[in-house]
Amino acid sequence: MIPELGHYALVLALALGLIQSIAPIVGAATRDAGLMRLASSTAVMQFLFVALSFAALTVCYVTSDFSVLNVFENSHSMMPLIYKMSSVWGNHEGSMLLWVLILALFGALVALFGANLPATLKAHVLAVQSWIACAFYLFILLTSNPFVRTAEAPFEGRDLNPILQDPGLAIHPPLLYIGYVGFSIAFSFAIAALIEGRIDAAWARWVRPWTLGAWMFLTLGIAMGSYWAYYTLGWGGFWFWDPVENASFMPWLSGTALLHSAVVMEKRNSLKIWTILLAILTFSLSLIGTFLVRSGVLTSVHSFASDPTRGVFILLILVLFIGGSLALFAWRGPILKQGGLFAPISREGALVFNNLFLTTACLTVFVGTLYPLALEGLTGAKISVGAPFFNMTFGPLFVALMCVMPFGPLLAWKRGDLYGVAQRLMAAFGIGLVAIAVTFAIEGGQSVLAPFGVGVAFFVMAGALVDLVERTALFRAPLATVRTRAMGLPRSVWGTAVAHFGIAVTLLGIIGAATWGTERILTLKPTQSVTLSGYEFTFDGLTQQAGPNYQAQVAKFSVRRDGALIAVMEPSKRAFAARSMTTNEAALLTRGSGQLYLSLGDSEPSGAIAIRLYYKPLVMLIWLGAIIMMLGGGLSLSDRRLRVGAPKPATKSAAKNTLQPAE
Amino acid sequence: MRHLATVALLAALLSPGAALAVQPDEILKDPALETRARNLSQELRCMVCQNQSIDDSEAPLARDLRLLVRERLTQGDSDSEVIKFLVDRYGAFVLLKPPVELNTLLLWSVAPVVLLIGIGALVVLARRRKTVSVAEAALSGDEQRRIASLAKPGE
Repeated sequence: MIPELGHYALVLALALGLIQSIAPIVGAATRDAGLMRLASSTAVMQFLFVALSFAALTVCYVTSDFSVLNVFENSHSMMPLIYKMSSVWGNHEGSMLLWVLILALFGALVALFGANLPATLKAHVLAVQSWIACAFYLFILLTSNPFVRTAEAPFEGRDLNPILQDPGLAIHPPLLYIGYVGFSIAFSFAIAALIEGRIDAAWARWVRPWTLGAWMFLTLGIAMGSYWAYYTLGWGGFWFWDPVENASFMPWLSGTALLHSAVVMEKRNSLKIWTILLAILTFSLSLIGTFLVRSGVLTSVHSFASDPTRGVFILLILVLFIGGSLALFAWRGPILKQGGLFAPISREGALVFNNLFLTTACLTVFVGTLYPLALEGLTGAKISVGAPFFNMTFGPLFVALMCVMPFGPLLAWKRGDLYGVAQRLMAAFGIGLVAIAVTFAIEGGQSVLAPFGVGVAFFVMAGALVDLVERTALFRAPLATVRTRAMGLPRSVWGTAVAHFGIAVTLLGIIGAATWGTERILTLKPTQSVTLSGYEFTFDGLTQQAGPNYQAQVAKFSVRRDGALIAVMEPSKRAFAARSMTTNEAALLTRGSGQLYLSLGDSEPSGAIAIRLYYKPLVMLIWLGAIIMMLGGGLSLSDRRLRVGAPKPATKSAAKNTLQPAE
Repeated sequence: MRHLATVALLAALLSPGAALAVQPDEILKDPALETRARNLSQELRCMVCQNQSIDDSEAPLARDLRLLVRERLTQGDSDSEVIKFLVDRYGAFVLLKPPVELNTLLLWSVAPVVLLIGIGALVVLARRRKTVSVAEAALSGDEQRRIASLAKPGE
């Protein structure tokens, strides 16, 4: 009964979606306020029905209803409750249901919080949002129905893939999907603006918070996924340039570009056409990411979906939306009027530079990811494009971008003074040079690249602080003045500084973990010890432990520093009977910003065991930096919230005048 | 959900009795040679895996390749000789960084070309804008006549 209810709720959501796809457009064309308002109600109802459908599937999982094929294939009655719930999206069908749930949620949010949007703009946005939703409802109902029943209910499920039985699965996909799908709002706004043929600063002011919100979740989602892979996969890698990783990284890059170009549009009414294009591209990349992961085009065990009908269906959605929106852009884009002019050396100019480099970096990832597929399809030749390629092409672009990053926020709008900004950055530059010298000295001249990278990271961090120090008159004015000035600074200024600081922290972590990590691979007998980077590890022996649905082999290691016991590390291997698979649970020990990482290999009958032991200095900074970036986004968003919505024409110029000098 | 994928891939490779990527018995006695072997391994693809280097992969084929690389190195091959040996055997597919050839020309050139085009376009746009703004600064004869006519009293 419950699965049928979930299925039916999804069909009803589709019906509502179809109404919402057409009615508001007709309403906007005929100036029928009733029809336009209808979209708000259907958007909220759509969300309720999709939520009902999602809840139904969750109930099936929690109650272990193995008569539902999807539950049978991906769950087990002995699994802990949290994994029963997270396995709802640990499979193809369920993850698509999560996708539409979030899509419907965003639609409902626009409906609920969009009261001060112009009526026609809101109607168009909700209609476009519904087009996307309908395409995915149809995809689920026609090719990936999670509610299909089996003729005879089995007694036990096949269990969730053991590697997915991890808290990471509970957190990572929802975060990532909120990011992916959140960009649909920017897309819908862009299409609505093209349909109306009108776009202004108020539009950018509306789009920015949504983009910023999506970007924050995507940032955290990618970082979370990276950390999950790091501790799960057993060799301490944190980024693999895997096609599926790239699929989530591309929308992040273009989304970051979109955030920056939307600033120009909001403040200076410039870069309109480009911003619209970026909004379209960012969501298109999210769709391409979905296609790459879901269609099985990567021809590997990588994808849950190996059914070609699904691939063709998603490809159809892709062609329809990306092709359609780009065609609309080509047709209507030119009628959008360009706004404010600016000199090449200006804040706008810096943001254009940012956009150029971010989009080129994104293109590099795009080409690197799809080139092998295209080449094989066209000529049959097989090549590999992996981490060494991306490090070599993406790396320099990103470092160049980082080098210029501190200049941007210091330059004035319209016409900036590069020489003046360089002078103000002298302190930051000095800090960068000192960092290079110190790193070079500590390293003993091993490499040139790592000290340079550290220098760039410190330059960016110091540069971000310079902006704050100057604006708050720190070191120049009495503390009380500094405090009031700091309080009076727009939150978006804080946001920029914090986010820029964060990316530099991440860079520092990447350099540290990649360059100065140490490792030992060896076999230890019980009571034997090994030393790595000043830490002594003693193998105390193996024990067996029973988990809820697995048997674990746990190895115990005492960790000593200068003879004193500091911790016990217990890496383990878990054997899951239902799928006859083993997982490797590495043991992690955080020391400052570095980590000790210990994972197990084969054990011998004699009681000896093979181990992989790493010390990864600064590695935690990678994810800490991402969290700082996200917080920066949050600060900026909290500023936005006060100004969200299309301002009334009368107050628009006044608001602009009072805000402009402060930034 | 990208790591589900990386993760699911490993799930397939982690057959019962999961092993480490590089195993203790593979490691060469000579640390300098071992370092070279590790660096080379990171550039070589495990051909039965999705985008994994043989250094990271736990597949049996990757182990065979790691042993092969070490065997060549101990026999005195240079790094490029090892690479050449493997490419002759398995084709360019084994390289994670594809060589610049006719069919990878686009792959390697697209980013720098786009960057150059972008910079070029910006320069052209900036120049054009300058001329536009200069043109806007001065009023045309027609505009001055219109102002004059508007300024005329009584019209």
